[in-house]
Amino acid sequence: MTDNTLTCLTAKDFTSNQEPKWCPGCGDFMVLQQLKSAMAELGLKTEEVVVVSGIGCSSRLPYYINTYGVHGIHGRAMAMASGLKAARPDLSVWIGTGDGDALSIGGNHYIHTVRRNLDLNVVLFNNEIYGLTKGQYSPTTKVGLRTVTSPNGVVDYPINAIALTLGAGGTFVARVMDRDGKMMKEIFKRAHNHKGTSIVEIYQNCPIFNDGAFEAFSDKERKHDTTLYLEQGQPLVFGSNGSKGIRLDGFRPVVIDLEKEGVSKEDLWIHDENDLIKANILSRFFDDPNTTEEFLPRPFGIFYVEDRFTYEQALDAQIDKAQANGEGTLEELLAGNSTWTIN
Amino acid sequence: MSDTAILNKNDMVISKTSVSVLFAGDSGDGMQLTGTQFANTVAVYGSDLNTFPNFPSEIRPPAGTVSGVSGFQLQFGTTGVYTPGAKFDVMVAMNAAALKANLKNLHHGGIIIADSDGFDAKNLNLSGYGEANNPLEDGTLNDYTVFKIPVVSLTRKALADTGLSIKMIDRCKNMFVLGVLYWLYSLPLETTIETLQSKFRNKQDIANANIKAVQSGYNFGDETEMFSQHGRFSVAPAQKKAGVYRRVTGNEASAIGLAAAAKKAGLELFLGSYPITPASEILQTLAGLKKWGVKTFQAEDEIAGVLTSIGAAYGGALAATNTSGPGLALKTEGLGLAVILEIPLVIINVMRGGPSTGLPTKPEQSDLLMAMYGRHGEAPMPVIAAMSPVDCFYAAYEAAKIAVEFMTPVLCLTDGYLALSSEPMLVPSPDDLASITPVFSPERKSDDPPYLPYKRDERGVRAWGIPGTPGLEHRIGGLEKQHETGHVSHDPENHALMTRLRAEKVARVADIIPDLTIDNGPEKGDLLVLGWGSTYGAIKKAVEQAREGGMDVAHAHLRYINPFPKNLGAMLGNYKKVLIPENNCGQLLSIIRDKFLIEPVGFSKVQGLPFNEMEIEAKITDILKEL
Repeated sequence: MTDNTLTCLTAKDFTSNQEPKWCPGCGDFMVLQQLKSAMAELGLKTEEVVVVSGIGCSSRLPYYINTYGVHGIHGRAMAMASGLKAARPDLSVWIGTGDGDALSIGGNHYIHTVRRNLDLNVVLFNNEIYGLTKGQYSPTTKVGLRTVTSPNGVVDYPINAIALTLGAGGTFVARVMDRDGKMMKEIFKRAHNHKGTSIVEIYQNCPIFNDGAFEAFSDKERKHDTTLYLEQGQPLVFGSNGSKGIRLDGFRPVVIDLEKEGVSKEDLWIHDENDLIKANILSRFFDDPNTTEEFLPRPFGIFYVEDRFTYEQALDAQIDKAQANGEGTLEELLAGNSTWTIN
Repeated sequence: MSDTAILNKNDMVISKTSVSVLFAGDSGDGMQLTGTQFANTVAVYGSDLNTFPNFPSEIRPPAGTVSGVSGFQLQFGTTGVYTPGAKFDVMVAMNAAALKANLKNLHHGGIIIADSDGFDAKNLNLSGYGEANNPLEDGTLNDYTVFKIPVVSLTRKALADTGLSIKMIDRCKNMFVLGVLYWLYSLPLETTIETLQSKFRNKQDIANANIKAVQSGYNFGDETEMFSQHGRFSVAPAQKKAGVYRRVTGNEASAIGLAAAAKKAGLELFLGSYPITPASEILQTLAGLKKWGVKTFQAEDEIAGVLTSIGAAYGGALAATNTSGPGLALKTEGLGLAVILEIPLVIINVMRGGPSTGLPTKPEQSDLLMAMYGRHGEAPMPVIAAMSPVDCFYAAYEAAKIAVEFMTPVLCLTDGYLALSSEPMLVPSPDDLASITPVFSPERKSDDPPYLPYKRDERGVRAWGIPGTPGLEHRIGGLEKQHETGHVSHDPENHALMTRLRAEKVARVADIIPDLTIDNGPEKGDLLVLGWGSTYGAIKKAVEQAREGGMDVAHAHLRYINPFPKNLGAMLGNYKKVLIPENNCGQLLSIIRDKFLIEPVGFSKVQGLPFNEMEIEAKITDILKEL
């Protein structure tokens, strides 16, 4: 063992001295655990990480991680983190935010942060409900759900976070289920290594106010038919024993029964996470299996990755260029371009 | 006209101590450029100077109409130049609409230099005079000295052999008028010629044409008999402190003040900002200072403007945001966060007429109460106000110093009048600027006792524990925190304690700010005129004039509004009456009445216009009569 490996931190080193105050059974616990493990496995140092959050249950995240953390105000985590990253590109900046925080009150910051592509890692906890304020519907709540503010059922059509992110120019777009801990950790690690704004949407069950919101995708009996796990370079296959696949008919995705029709897997849609058009089509796999008879499976994994310059790189490059012949002095700043002398 | 005019019959040059000039024309006539050139010339010549642009909020309003008139006003002189002038002594009117829009603000008997080519039937109709009523001909202007000059025709004649198109030649007409003004005020052409050569260095024919136009205008003054019975004027240079000068607008000065503070403090400057009239030039100026390492972030909205700055401040930058009233309203939740986080942040609010969109291009002082109290919860923060364009530099600088040294957001108030006005600034030496000393928490070893992010020094100020520092890992946020540890706390006694500690810290800023001094007048007496912000010039002039007239009146001007200077209460007690002129409905008056239980006399002006000295002098006279 070298000194280097000796100093490597473990998930425990990323655990703060505060007891998480989430409800028993909350999906947030898994996210916390996987995030700490990912940080440790990435070899991050606790002092170089900042976790920024807004308001909501999930936004308590920073308190439970033994790094730097700022718990800001509702909807503004993206903006605060953007300023921090622009000023301090050396830091590893993570954002914990929820569907209400990021997509409702903070919707404007969300789209503009995504398009600017600062190197930020966004953990978007989507539980399709307002938990901290006790059960009001959120911008991702399904139509028809009865909540305290929709006693007759929600009439607001929900936001599709993945499609929104792609529309805003996202460069790393992924979705993961709260129960898929291993996959979550791997996606967090890839999000960190991606230079740009990484959006990881997590379907996170709220056992108190919206229990079972994602059951169609997690129920052992149904998940084979309702979910599609994306793997780079692999055909889109789902169903029990991989019995179904997706083929592209022009721009139309078509579900193929591999057993019945005898289609070979080579004819199926091969996942290419660098293909924006395909990612956009995948993002529209948004049917609700509970209310739709013929539905496309809901994709999980990495939809899209693009290598694009980050905001802070471009800004620093402009500064470097302006300072090519040396940094301006205070004397020069005070005098400006045009002076005259009075004797 | 502040004239100690002496007629020297030999060369017919009349000396003046100060002159106020308005250049007015159509938006496309280049009046801002003309005014700026005149200002630069008199500045280099050594005059005291104050300028104010007055242009429509529309970018290209209908040509020839009153709503399309663009003006540039300036006052220059030997002494006593504190404002662009309440009324002007000389008006340049490039067309009929320019005359119509501004005649009411010309001194009785003042000089009008009119481009008679801009008073043709078309222009007369567009201006609203009507073609049958040419004011240059019908006696409307009998009370004024009118010089009718066919500027367009003369410019075309002068530039006929340049080979330029008529359209290009006509664009030089403003330089012809400028030349006439230089002759009239015995000013040199060199500054303008140098500027034109530099501005058009890649278009020599344009440079030459403009230079020829300004020279032709000057020669016209020399040769024409038009001016002979009136003579020309001269304004001696001011007795200014020796040194290097530059001309700054208030917004430029604010921007440079922030950048200078960052340099002096050894910090990186970060400005998160969203464009808004009349504050955008601060963002624009700082965006051009990358050579000084300044980072500007044009945010998606006002809220992101302040939140990105809070993020940068948390990371250890000197962070600032700038805005105007509607934007400040949007930022208020963020300011509450900055208060409870106890991080340094400068907010420059360039006030404009409100509420709502109000009068976006016009100044007002009506955000003072919002600056003082406009936040949820108990959220005090220092409030300081700039009193002149140059003072915007020092106000921004001091705001940064207080923010960094007291770990607090600081609100710095300027307004649309200061923001766009300009005056000469004596360039300070870096050594003249006060030191700014940030206190960062040092690195800690694993066996050190736990880090206490909210441990305070004797002034109640916490240290700046910035990410990247080993051993300081800690979590803070908008939730109330436990004393010293910074952990989330809902304990009632702790909340009371933290509320008190935050307020006491802001109150202790009074320990480092200077006592308020009397700007002019006796230490005790009948009347104190107490001002703040951009009313400085008008009050100063009014009090000077009132005192020359034998009135018992003094002037003091507040830079620090929260906290007040420690001696303010005692000072107010030294006068029988206190007059507070404000471009609002009495906001400072409310605060003064609240804190000192006295009943000052208010004087409000909410017309989207600054006070002029005559209004204030008249008010002083009225009050003293009643005493």
